[in-house]
Amino acid sequence: MSITLRSAYPVISRLRVGRDLPVLPLAILVPFVLIATFANVIAPYDPTEPIPGAKLFEPPFWSTGGSTHALLGTDYQARDVLSRIIFGARVSLIVGVMGTIVAGSIGTLLGMLSGYLGGWVDQLIMRITDAWLALPAIVFAIFLATMVGPNMWNIIIILGCVYWTRYARVIRGEVLSLREREFVKLAEIAGASSTRVILRHILPNVMNSTMVLASLTIGVVIIAEASLSFLGVGVPPPQPAWGSMLADGRSMLMVGDWWLTIFPGLGILLVVLATQLFGDWLRIRLDPQQRNL
Amino acid sequence: MGQFIVRRTFYAIATLFILSLTIFLVVRLTGDPVTLLAEPGAQEEDLAVVRNDWGLDRPLPVQYAAFVKNILTGELGHSFNYEMPVSTLYFQRLPNSLELALAATLISFLIGIPTGIISAVRVNSVWDHVGKTIALLGLSIPGFWLGLVMILIFSVWLGWLPTSGQGGWRNLIMPAVALGWYFAASLLRLTRSSMLEVLRSEYIKLARLKGLPAFAVIAVHAFKNALIPVLTLAGINLVIMLNAAVIIEVIFAWPGIGRLLYEGIFQRDFPLVQGIVMEAGVMIVVINLLVDVLYAYIDPRIRLTR
Repeated sequence: MSITLRSAYPVISRLRVGRDLPVLPLAILVPFVLIATFANVIAPYDPTEPIPGAKLFEPPFWSTGGSTHALLGTDYQARDVLSRIIFGARVSLIVGVMGTIVAGSIGTLLGMLSGYLGGWVDQLIMRITDAWLALPAIVFAIFLATMVGPNMWNIIIILGCVYWTRYARVIRGEVLSLREREFVKLAEIAGASSTRVILRHILPNVMNSTMVLASLTIGVVIIAEASLSFLGVGVPPPQPAWGSMLADGRSMLMVGDWWLTIFPGLGILLVVLATQLFGDWLRIRLDPQQRNL
Repeated sequence: MGQFIVRRTFYAIATLFILSLTIFLVVRLTGDPVTLLAEPGAQEEDLAVVRNDWGLDRPLPVQYAAFVKNILTGELGHSFNYEMPVSTLYFQRLPNSLELALAATLISFLIGIPTGIISAVRVNSVWDHVGKTIALLGLSIPGFWLGLVMILIFSVWLGWLPTSGQGGWRNLIMPAVALGWYFAASLLRLTRSSMLEVLRSEYIKLARLKGLPAFAVIAVHAFKNALIPVLTLAGINLVIMLNAAVIIEVIFAWPGIGRLLYEGIFQRDFPLVQGIVMEAGVMIVVINLLVDVLYAYIDPRIRLTR
């Protein structure tokens, strides 16, 4: 049914918004990226300093304990929750994107080397991949963060070093079939070096998979960063991160200060949800075989 | 079959070797472990004493040999803080973690399997969309946040459930849901795709042609075969839950392995941290090996292709 429609009205099917532009994911992600980028301008207060003369404000701002000065309330140190969430978005997005880039680069490179060179290089890389996969990712990340010491750039490298394995596995599998293809064989006959074949002929053909995996990794990395920060081995205070805000909120949970727990969590939820939806959309776009699944 | 087992065992040993080397080198090369062990601001003489006590002044290969010997004897080093072998502590906490992990597995079954089956049987229906939404939320809602929100609703506001600690089933509900949540989503996805694959197969068509009622086809013929990969995933998930429930155990003050790891971090008990991480790795490698061998035993095709 859908196939006949598509061939009969190609222009209309090409204009379908959900197909050409992932509306919902972008509607969530674009505002978060904007507030993260312009956090300095948008945030009403310094996220690390108490609001001068303020007490514990409780949202919503029209209630008796609330104040229009702090729309999402304040925490127990009288810091503005909204400002902290805005600056926390910056940490989450930077760590999510950069961590994914590090993981994707390591994994894609090792996967290509493993698949193209074969032999003992392949054996070595695959055994390392197995060893890495043997540890639950979050345990490995906690272990590394404890040993290396927490700061944002360390966390990025740590998460990159933890999450590259899936890329290596997938990319290796693809390269195994790519290296038997004629254009690769012809490049080899023409005298291209291994480096040249990998960079010019293999890499462009595995980039689709890398992109799809990347879109699915960002959410995982964001949650991992929040987990590390929650446990106190992630982004160190006073720098605001959603995970450490949740840890602060936890101590106030028993007295019912719900906003300290709900708002940072909603931030994580929305961003991760949007990246997952974006990933699903991208996978269907880049892989025609998956369109009907 | 014999050859397959030998090859797989060799891979498992190689994996464990690389894992032990990685853990060993991370601890020694990313900074001086002595500074992790000693009190902050300790004098250089104190550091030297600690270094000598822990054998950290010996050459790296000698230290590594001692580390491997510790693993092979099953002690996994000595906890600095508890003054006990790490393996003793680990196995003390294991039953608690197992209790939580089994409850979480049950929750993930209850959510994941029925929804997955309905999604597969009624593809693209409303039910399928409900299933997809649950799967998406399972991956997007961090389990530990779900735990905090549940504490807020069911303990603080409603006062129905205790916030933390170990006791009866009432203590178990919230941590089990928070931990099982993520795994429910992955079970759901796998159940759905596995059922879809089975439902397309020839013998299901035959069962339908024979005139069996739809329920019998789905419940007896399809589900039984679709269950194999699902149970495998559940088994592997269980081992991961045992070792990786760090945050959930911290939030609910559950005395399991994850919490032991957390305590190790904050007491700067690096032999404990290192030992738990290694023990988790050993357990997962061994379970994976068993699953591989079992699969190869059941399905001869696996022996030949891998």
